[in-house]
Amino acid sequence: MTLPMNAQKVSMHSIEKIKELSGENVKVCMQCGTCTSACPMSDEMDFFPRKVMHYSQFGLLQNLENINSYWKCASCHSCTVRCPRGIDIAKVMEALRLLVLRTSKNYIEPSQVPTEKLKEYPGIMMVAGFRKLTS
Amino acid sequence: MKISYYPGCTLKYKAKNLETSALASLAALGIDVEEMDRWNCCGAVYSLADDDLIHLVGPARNLIRAKEQGADKIVTLCSMCYNTLARVNQLMKNDEEKRDTINRFMDEEIDYFGEVEVVHYLTLIKEEVGWKALREKVQRPLDGLKVASYYGCTLQRPQEVGIEPLGSFALMRELFDAIGAETIAFNAADSCCGSYQVICEEPGDNKAAAKVVSSAAAGGADVMATSCPLCEFNLGKQQDELIAKGNITTQVPTLYFTQLLAMALGVDAAEYHLELNDPSVQELLKTKNCLAAV
Repeated sequence: MTLPMNAQKVSMHSIEKIKELSGENVKVCMQCGTCTSACPMSDEMDFFPRKVMHYSQFGLLQNLENINSYWKCASCHSCTVRCPRGIDIAKVMEALRLLVLRTSKNYIEPSQVPTEKLKEYPGIMMVAGFRKLTS
Repeated sequence: MKISYYPGCTLKYKAKNLETSALASLAALGIDVEEMDRWNCCGAVYSLADDDLIHLVGPARNLIRAKEQGADKIVTLCSMCYNTLARVNQLMKNDEEKRDTINRFMDEEIDYFGEVEVVHYLTLIKEEVGWKALREKVQRPLDGLKVASYYGCTLQRPQEVGIEPLGSFALMRELFDAIGAETIAFNAADSCCGSYQVICEEPGDNKAAAKVVSSAAAGGADVMATSCPLCEFNLGKQQDELIAKGNITTQVPTLYFTQLLAMALGVDAAEYHLELNDPSVQELLKTKNCLAAV
């Protein structure tokens, strides 16, 4: 994959921000794609986890702004336990979510969840979902 | 040794069958546990951001309660509660700086240093009862029942809190072996069930769950057993919808492993509440002659 980039696009600040939130150094990713093959959600993602890592390691966060990948991540840690570079990719995905959520944006609106779902679905689903997808 | 039982929110209403079957089984096995006083929400998911300590306060408070009440161990059933409490416990034990911040934040509470051990029910059965003694207590072996033992994500990952090494599914296999059931080869035992993502989806669109159910069906499972109310919902209660959308072709009735354990131990059927599972579970168990007098 060719990444179009220039000094205006690459953000060292973003790489540092991801590190600050996740504790992970995305620059050590060697783009092997093990995360993508391990991910149970990759079929439904706009960008596979490998591509998310690729943009992240160059700080190209504007390319990740409107994709669903890190929202589809359910923190199952399948990627984390398999990454040959030892990156906790689940934490990187959390950092990408938080960069949005901490601007007071929600991915889902709790008030829009249908009443039938609220009645039928188990409590831990609501707690977990609202924790991960709302600010 | 005092063992405290941490139920978690869902076991008090949607997943009563997980709690009642588990506690009745422990009573039948002669293991004393006591439900913690004043427990609160575990948070369901462990916070993965390094600067987000506020979400660790809830689970840490539960651990403090257990210490306060003189417990040596906390036993949990729900996989998400297990994972969250075990990870926070590990942090409180090993991360001096964060532990100090959390302890100072809750200055009205006693300080906590990770003294209590967080164990999952499966581990407790192995350690406190053992497979041989369990086998001897079985009154109604589940002969011929083929089970897909489903661990999901949070019992095994991350490795530092896994109830057994990655890729090993020995605890459930040995438990089912002791109660007379057969564990099938199942390559989706630790795949994700779709978790909380179903909030955002239409019923029946959960492809992660469809993969798990299809894998269990391909392995020839009669039933699938889990320890998590969220997995039980996604895998067990959504199969009609998955079939309607063409995502699976064969149903695999899904229930809690503790319900199978309770049946084998001859516990009163009122204690394992099969009516709270999908109706396919009772139908299947009747055809397999696993139910005593239902």
